[in-house]
Amino acid sequence: MSHHQLDARNLLCPMPVIRTQDAVTKLAPGEVVEVVCTDHGALNDIPAWCRINGHKVIDTRDQGREVIITIEVGQSD
Amino acid sequence: MTQPRKAAALISGGLDSLLAAKLMLDQGIHVEGINFFTGFCVEGHTHAIRSKDKNKPKRNNALWVAETLGIKLHIVDVIEPYKEVVLNPSHGYGANLNPCLDCKGFMVGKALEWIQENGFDFIVTGEVIGQRPMSQRRDTMPVIARESGAGDLLLRPLCARLLPETKPEREGWVDRERLLNLSGRNRKPQIALAKQYGFEDYAQPAGGCCFLTDAAYSKKLADLWENRGEKQYDLDDIMLLKVGRHVRPKPNMKLIVARDDGENNFLSGYKKRFTSLYSVSHKGPLVLLDGEADDADLELAARLVARFGQGRDADAVNISINLNDGSSREMVISPMPVNEIPQEWYV
Repeated sequence: MSHHQLDARNLLCPMPVIRTQDAVTKLAPGEVVEVVCTDHGALNDIPAWCRINGHKVIDTRDQGREVIITIEVGQSD
Repeated sequence: MTQPRKAAALISGGLDSLLAAKLMLDQGIHVEGINFFTGFCVEGHTHAIRSKDKNKPKRNNALWVAETLGIKLHIVDVIEPYKEVVLNPSHGYGANLNPCLDCKGFMVGKALEWIQENGFDFIVTGEVIGQRPMSQRRDTMPVIARESGAGDLLLRPLCARLLPETKPEREGWVDRERLLNLSGRNRKPQIALAKQYGFEDYAQPAGGCCFLTDAAYSKKLADLWENRGEKQYDLDDIMLLKVGRHVRPKPNMKLIVARDDGENNFLSGYKKRFTSLYSVSHKGPLVLLDGEADDADLELAARLVARFGQGRDADAVNISINLNDGSSREMVISPMPVNEIPQEWYV
């Protein structure tokens, strides 16, 4: 299973969501992407975007200045 | 079984677009949301950079609307093409630097491209006749439909019965009788409808969803254009206008002064692009210097930086100056007295 990283640091929401959206559309179902953000709003927005669009949040980590959200790409329709 | 007709709804995150999309879902239409990010969108997160706002709920209202309705949302980055709308609006600006009529036409035009690329049938917006002074008037709403190219593929469910029939109504995809006839600035019908649907906790931004309608923000943008000598911007420029106290002591340099730890953290992400200053002898803010500064300018900037820190009453404050070429130095200066800072320096 491929594991990708996405640097969304120093971007304000919704830019981390847009970058995540762009990255996920290029990946196959089951692939995993780890998104690193500095806007803590991403802790709400990226999981919300995943719920709406059928992707799975595997893990969220708040590391103080940075937050890391790990997503498994869902089936496309 | 026939496939349901498909509509793309422009979702701002406010109540009107929520209700417009809901009315379509009620008629069995397959709805997906589109949210255009221009860079000027008012987001709770931008305010949440400030420490005092840390306890406010952080959410993207467009995502919240989509989740509430159970529809997909496509957030589209239009920062680059939107510049033409802001820089050269054919219908001019509103009370501030808000090009509302051009903006709506641009967004509907982009939505038209999107439905053509994605096999959707029509476009839905939450517009209401008479709700906004520039873009939502009886005489300007047809301009949006015409100039965007959407024509009768643009349906405004909240006021459709007051407007000419559109293709989705004519073709029987939607029942015109089940659309609404709202007009004016009164929000009570929308609030009542939201209650009827059980929608709570929806966003009601006082100044709309765009920073360009904000007088203070527009003043900062106009200052940026005037002092750079050209009407241009990039995303960092317009983000930084949302953050900090902006002080311009000379045309060639502006200081962006963090107001709390949250803004300190945010501005620290720009230390490689801008010259940055902070006090090393006393607690104080991180300050970015936007522009070109010679040694005399840096001393002036350092004195101002000291003024905004806890060393403001000290005889001498040690300021660290970190140039954007990677070099750094320290300067011991006396803080600028408050009565020497003209009010007009504050942008």
